Formats: sequence, structure tokens, C-alpha cells
Amino acid sequence: MKKIALAKIDSLLEAISKDMNLFAPVDNKSTVNYAEWKSGDVAVFDKMTVRSAKDAFFPQCENMSKFSRDQDNKIIIDKLETCDKDFVVMGVRGCDIKAIAVLDKVFLSEPVDTFYAARRDHSILISLSCSKPEETCFCTTFGIDPAQPKGDVEMYIVSDYAYFNTVTAKGEKLISSLNNLLENAKDSDIDSAKVATRDIMCKLPLHDVTTDGWGAGVLEEMFNRPEWEQLSSSCIGCGTCTYVCPTCQCYDIRDYNGSNGVTRYRCWDSCMKSDFTMMAHGNNRTTQLQRFRQRFMHKLVYSPANNDGEFSCVGCGRCVAKCPVSMNIVKVIKTMGGEKL
Amino acid sequence: MQGLEKKIKDRASELLQSGAVDGIIGWEKGQFEYDPTPAVFTKETGLDNLCYNNFCGANLSKYLVGKITSDKKFAVLLKPCDTYSMNQLITEHRVNRSNIYIIGIGCNGHLNVEKIKAQGISGITAVSASDDHVNISTIYGDSKLAKKEILLGKCEVCRGNVHVIFDELIGEELQTPKPDDRFEMVAKLEAMTAEERFKFWQGELSRCIRCNACRNACPACTCRVCVFDNGRSGIEAKANASEFEEQMFHIIRAFHVAARCTDCGECSRVCPENIPLHLLNRKYVKDINEFYGDYQAGDIAEQRNPLVNFGDDDIEPTTVSDKGGQK
Amino acid sequence: MSNNANIAQEALIPHVAKIINVRSQTHDVKTFAVVSSDDGGVMFDHMPGQCAMVSIPGVGEAMFSITSSPTNTKFKEFSVKRCGILTEVMHSLVEGDEITVRGPYGKQFPVETEFKGENLLFIAGGIGIAPLRSVINYVRSNRDNYGVVDVLYGARSSSDLVEYEEMSKEWASDKDFNVHITIDRAEDGWEGNVGFVPTYLKELAFDNNRTAVICGPPIMIKFVLGGLIEMGFAKTQVYTTLELKMKCGIGKCGRCNIGSKYVCKDGPVFRCDEIDELPNEY
Repeated sequence: MKKIALAKIDSLLEAISKDMNLFAPVDNKSTVNYAEWKSGDVAVFDKMTVRSAKDAFFPQCENMSKFSRDQDNKIIIDKLETCDKDFVVMGVRGCDIKAIAVLDKVFLSEPVDTFYAARRDHSILISLSCSKPEETCFCTTFGIDPAQPKGDVEMYIVSDYAYFNTVTAKGEKLISSLNNLLENAKDSDIDSAKVATRDIMCKLPLHDVTTDGWGAGVLEEMFNRPEWEQLSSSCIGCGTCTYVCPTCQCYDIRDYNGSNGVTRYRCWDSCMKSDFTMMAHGNNRTTQLQRFRQRFMHKLVYSPANNDGEFSCVGCGRCVAKCPVSMNIVKVIKTMGGEKL
Repeated sequence: MQGLEKKIKDRASELLQSGAVDGIIGWEKGQFEYDPTPAVFTKETGLDNLCYNNFCGANLSKYLVGKITSDKKFAVLLKPCDTYSMNQLITEHRVNRSNIYIIGIGCNGHLNVEKIKAQGISGITAVSASDDHVNISTIYGDSKLAKKEILLGKCEVCRGNVHVIFDELIGEELQTPKPDDRFEMVAKLEAMTAEERFKFWQGELSRCIRCNACRNACPACTCRVCVFDNGRSGIEAKANASEFEEQMFHIIRAFHVAARCTDCGECSRVCPENIPLHLLNRKYVKDINEFYGDYQAGDIAEQRNPLVNFGDDDIEPTTVSDKGGQK
Repeated sequence: MSNNANIAQEALIPHVAKIINVRSQTHDVKTFAVVSSDDGGVMFDHMPGQCAMVSIPGVGEAMFSITSSPTNTKFKEFSVKRCGILTEVMHSLVEGDEITVRGPYGKQFPVETEFKGENLLFIAGGIGIAPLRSVINYVRSNRDNYGVVDVLYGARSSSDLVEYEEMSKEWASDKDFNVHITIDRAEDGWEGNVGFVPTYLKELAFDNNRTAVICGPPIMIKFVLGGLIEMGFAKTQVYTTLELKMKCGIGKCGRCNIGSKYVCKDGPVFRCDEIDELPNEY
């Protein structure tokens, strides 16, 4: 266990970012978001980011290949390089750590997504024990312990110090390179903070959300529930919940026709949007009810059916905080699950 | 406001019971004080969950657009500022007026939970407001904030307690907030150099995630298929290929709603990244006021807006252009 | 043959393919024969029912079933109906033009397992013949492995029949191979059957000692399946292919997700009893 005074934490960020890209929650005055930390930026560890840590591995937009034509109109394909430099993602909470495991199941299953895999290989995760969970948090519903999420390095903030506990060899290498900035600490220094976090979780208004009634094997029953109509009637069909969600991974592949040929890129897409399943000859989901249902059924029924019962919601509460009309997965879970609103 | 909520519930109950309407578009109680959800109430039993509190900022008029082909009749709860949007939708034939029953409800300003959270307040368990102050209870302790500081952006520039269209009114007695100068920030942006202004908007728009919440919530954005969703438009896009693209989306959108935008502020209210999008629209409002005389979209139904109405004394666009945007 | 793992590294990077032949089948269907631009080969092996992503860079990319049989080792064929942005531009392409192709994607028809030794009944409507043609020609190339084959094919009019030449001349002359063609409305000079596919199916009154494979517009599939059940077929005897929007082809982009299945990798071929387990959203 190592520690540094919070007052000096910028020197640590400075040292990390000297050799590697460092992604950390940065306060840009209007919001807190993961961003490449640069000298002078204010890193914030006690506020939920609007977007999740998935951006570091699965950015909203990334180029995959380029196409050009030679003088005979023959197609030339240039594959674009995948990530080849180590980088650090700092301040990743338990919900986002779990979300990365959910994304891994999608992107690292065969055939492996090489762009994602390269970023995962080159990343060093510094997880963060939550010191100030918000009222929108309900990660414990999904069995997550926000007090001790597993990264390559675990970070704890206790009174005026940030503590670092190395977990993996990658983490060890990073922390040992920062040794001159860090002081030794006792493992027990963080115990009380962990207890405090777990206590807070029990007091949060959403601590009693349960997934009872959801999961694999209830497809037909849940799909046909009449409540979808009422719930979806407020949905305006934007992509906010999808884009702030740490586990939503749907994407589109598109071509950008520029002056120097064609760039094929992929970008986030949302099943909530009206053209998501639109084909030239028709659309199999024509109503917002169908699209709304798809998103929640995917998280709460289809995902568990494919992944040994694991939900693809981690209870980070971002959609709860950000939906423009305050419709969200908690309302869906409660309305059709064990507990009634 | 609790008294008003009770009155609304009672009236909604009567309307449903008598069969005067098939549904009431209002707000449904949420998990917290601050997250009521727009909802359609079709049964009296559901009305227990109808709520009207300090966080019912959403403009419900847009929900009628999707009901234009419905043969059912809906009552809708509209705050004074929301009625401008309703009028504009009627003007543009985007709603079916004969199937809408407008209930004007009083308003004394709505709160923005983002502004509460921006003060470092989290773990909110209860919020209660008096005329000037708001008490916030959290699991980490209690706070008291001046109401003025945490009003929704649109309420800071409140245009008063007049409903410009309604079939009946409930709760006229509420006192709307005293408005700030609506064009102060626009004027500040106008005073900037082009480089400064570009930097300002780049800083704001670079956070855009193209969720389309601004577009989908906007009562003026009612195209059946948006140009940005249309594969044949040539500018269809789901993400920004460059930072310039973000500006294209928002600026094109602002142009498209110019003179139709009632300045209802929904775009900024719903933005998950807190981008002050309304400033783009408000710049056009200000320009139109200066070029054609004061104009408020939606204050009268069926009126032609200055951009589609020819007058002998209309300003010459070339003159404006030659003078760098000045009349 | 259809192991997706071997394309892991290059999952989303296509081959450049050259069009070596374009056959105009109907006013809105053309069949393109393509080979690798690099070596003139078939780019990859596939099995009947599998699909590939075809693209014109700068225009778009979409999933098409591979209509040629794997036993055709010279080129791959795609029958493309003009109905959208990409297909419109594809229809303007001529011999020598290049496109890109990646694949193969999805599950095949069980030609080497469940279909073996069975009598087969293929029922297709319009462009729905495209995926079935691959199976049919595979069966013809391995004739001894299968029993009697019947093909029931229908289209709106005689000029909408795809691969009419091939089915009426080559297929119909094979041993134990019957081709039944129908068009929706009577026409001057048409001597074949007139009527919708489901109606003709009942008239033909097949016994249920066969495995059926259906592909066509959703409404046709619905009524044909109903007809087959009435005729005593079990759903486990009937196969079809689903078509949903796809972007990646490898079960990650989420677009073709239906229930807990991804049509691009768990389909497009489904046995009809498997479809019953999916929500009714296809």
C-alpha cells in the first residue's frame, strides 16, 4: 500500500502523463467526463462522470480502414493501426470495472474485435473505491462492491490522502515507476473507508432495487407485459441512455466520403433510435414501444440468457441521472419486477 | 404547489370519468423528488401517481405531435411558456387541435437538479421549496440554496404567467419568477471576436455526443424524418466525423427552427452534457427582433413568421450581410 | 468450412473483389459473379445459407446471401434486388468494376447433417430464391446424398422470376427433381400455374415425408408455414432464413439482435421451432 497527499496528486498525474496517455475524470466546469488529462486540468474523484470509462476502449467514433481508387479505378484498402501504446485509465469505479467485463464478453469473444482488444491490452486500470456514492447509484443490486473494485491498481481516497494498492503485474510496474512520489502506507489505513462506503450504499434510496422477476427464461412473459406501453410512452427516442451507459455497445459502420478517399469508421449507435433496424425494404421495429422494449429486454433478459445469468446493467445510475424525460432502467425494473413503484 | 397538484388530479379525474378526454398528458411521480416523467394517464386509478412539483420543467406539447393521427382526445397540462409551443405547433399543423384539450396550469418557476448537483450536493433524498429558498436533504447532510440560483435556464428568463392558449386554467395564483435579461449572454457572444466566439462554441460543442435529445425534445423539430437521419440526404450522421460536424448539426438545426423556435429552452434542459444550445436559437430570436421588430413565435396561433412573410419594409439581407450582421 | 475464428484478425476488413459477370434477371434483380481482385480466387469458402457483407466504399455495405453453391469453385455470386441506396449503385456496376466482400457469416443450412438422406422441398418467392439456389445447386452436385427434390417457386409476374432459365432447363431435367413455378396473376403467353405460392402449395399436396426450406417475403413465409403445418409437417421439419439489419456480421454491433439471438451469427438459417422461441419482431 502506497499513498500520496491529495494536495500533491497533480504531481502524480503529471508523472504518469509524462510517459503515457492518462484518462481521468476531468472537470470541464459544466460536467465531469473522462478525458485525456493535461497539466492544469482538474481531476475529480468524488463525482460521477457523465460518460463512462468505456470511451477509453470503445470510443464514440473510430476509423477502421481507408479506401481509395487507383487510376484504373481499382480499390485500395488501407487498414488502420490499432492502439499500440500503453495508457492509464484512472478513477474507474466498481460499476465501470464490471461494465468493462461485460464489454469484454462481447468484443473479446471470437471473432475478436482487434481495435477493442488492442486498447484493452495496452490499458492499465486504476480502479476507485467510491467515497461518495450518489442517490442514483444501485450497483449493489448487481452484486458489485463499490468499496473495493478490482483494477490493476486500486485507489482509495481517505481523508486527505489517495492510497494505492497494486493488484496485477501491470499495476506493480506503474506504481513502482512512481515510487519517488509515493509514501508507504499500512493496508489497514483504508479499512474504515471501505466500511463507510458499504454503509452508505445501504442508505441510498435505490438500495432496495432487486432484479427479482428478471433474467434468463422470462423472455415471453416479459416481452408481452402490458406495462411496456405506458413506460415507453414517455420515451423521446434519443440516445442519451445508450451513450452514457457503460455497457451499451451497439455500433454503426459508416463511410465518410472525403476528398482523400473514403474513411470507414464505426460509431456508437442506439437501439432507441428510429432508424436502428431500418433496411432498404422495411423496418422490423417501427414503434418506440418496440425499440424501448428491446433495450431493456436486452439488458435484463437477453444478456442473462447468453451470459450465465449476468445482466448487462451495472447500476451506475447514469441513465437515471441523464434521461431527458427521467424514464430509466430503475423504473422499468421496479414496474415489472418484484417491487411495485 | 401541493394544492395545485390536488386540483389538477381532481380535474383530471373528472375529465377521464366523464369521458371528455381519453387520456391526460402530465407528469408521473419518479424515484426521487426531482425526476417526474412525462406520462399519459388513461385510467383514474393511475392518477395517484400524477404529480406537479418543482421539477416538472418538461414541455409536454411535443407529445401531441405523435398523437396527430390518433382518434382519441387528450388533455395536456401546459405551463404558461409551454403554450407558446402549442400555438406554434397548431400554426404548423403538427397537432390536431380538435383532439386536444389544453389545461393551463400555474407555474412559479421550475428547478434544475443539475444546478443543485453542480454545487457539490449529492445523495439527495428530499427537496422542498419555499418562495425564495430550497431545502435539500441528502444522506451526507442538508443544504439550503436560493431558489434563484437553481432555476431552470428557461425560468431565469420567464416570460410571465400568461397562457397564450388554453381551454381551461387551473391555479392562476402562482407567482412566476422575475426574469433576467434574456439576451445578455447573446450580446456577450456578439461582442466577442470571431476567434473568441469560435473557441467558446468549440469548447461547448466538443462535448456533444449526438444523442439527439435536443432535437427529439424540441417542439419545433417535428420533421417526420430528420435530414440527419435520412440516408438519401447526403448529410446523414450519427456521430461527428470531426469537431466541425458537431457545429454543422447544431447550427443547421438552429437555422431550421429560426423564427419557429419559441425559446422554450428544452434543448438546453435535456442536454446530458449541459451545452447551452438555446443560445444559438436565441441569437436568431434577437436578430429577428432587431431586423423585423419584436417577434415571439407562438404568441398568436396561425400567424406567419417574419422569415416567411414578405413586407415592403423588410430589411435587405444583402444590407445586413454587407454590414457584418448589423442592420 | 465455416469456422469464423480464422477471420478473427481481419473481421471487419474486406477483400477487394472484381465483378466478372453481371446477369440481368428481372427489371430489378441482377446477379453479380465476383472473384478476388488479388488472385482471381473465391476469397473464402462458404456453405449454403451463409452470407457476406458486400460494399461499395463510400456508398455503403450490406449483407447478402451467397447465391452460388460452394461447389462452384470459380466465383461467388450475389443476386441483388434494387431497393435501397447501395443496391441502386450496385445495379450501375459492370464487368470489371470492383466491390468489396467480407465473410462468410452465419449458420449454414444443415446440408451435411439433417438434410442428408432426406427428400427436400424448397419453397421460395421472388428474390427469396437467392439463398435457396445455393442449397439447391449444392444438392444437385451431391445428388446421391439426398432423396427426391421439389422446388416450388413463385413471383409476381413471369418477368419477376429470378433464375428462370436455370431452374426450368437445368434443374427440371435432373433425376428425381421437380420444379413447380407459379406467378401471381395470369399473363398472355404464360402456360404455367397462376396463383400465390401458399395456394399452389396446397394444390400440389406434398406428403410430409420431406424436409422443407422456405425463403421469401415475410407474409409468404407466414402462410406457407401455416400450409405446411396443415399438411402434417412438424416445425422441426421446416427451415427458413431471417433477414434483419446488419452492420458488423460478427454478433457485436447489436443491430440484428432478436431475443437472445444474433441473426448474423446464430442465423440467418433457423429451424421453425427455433423461431417460435424468438419474440415476434422479425
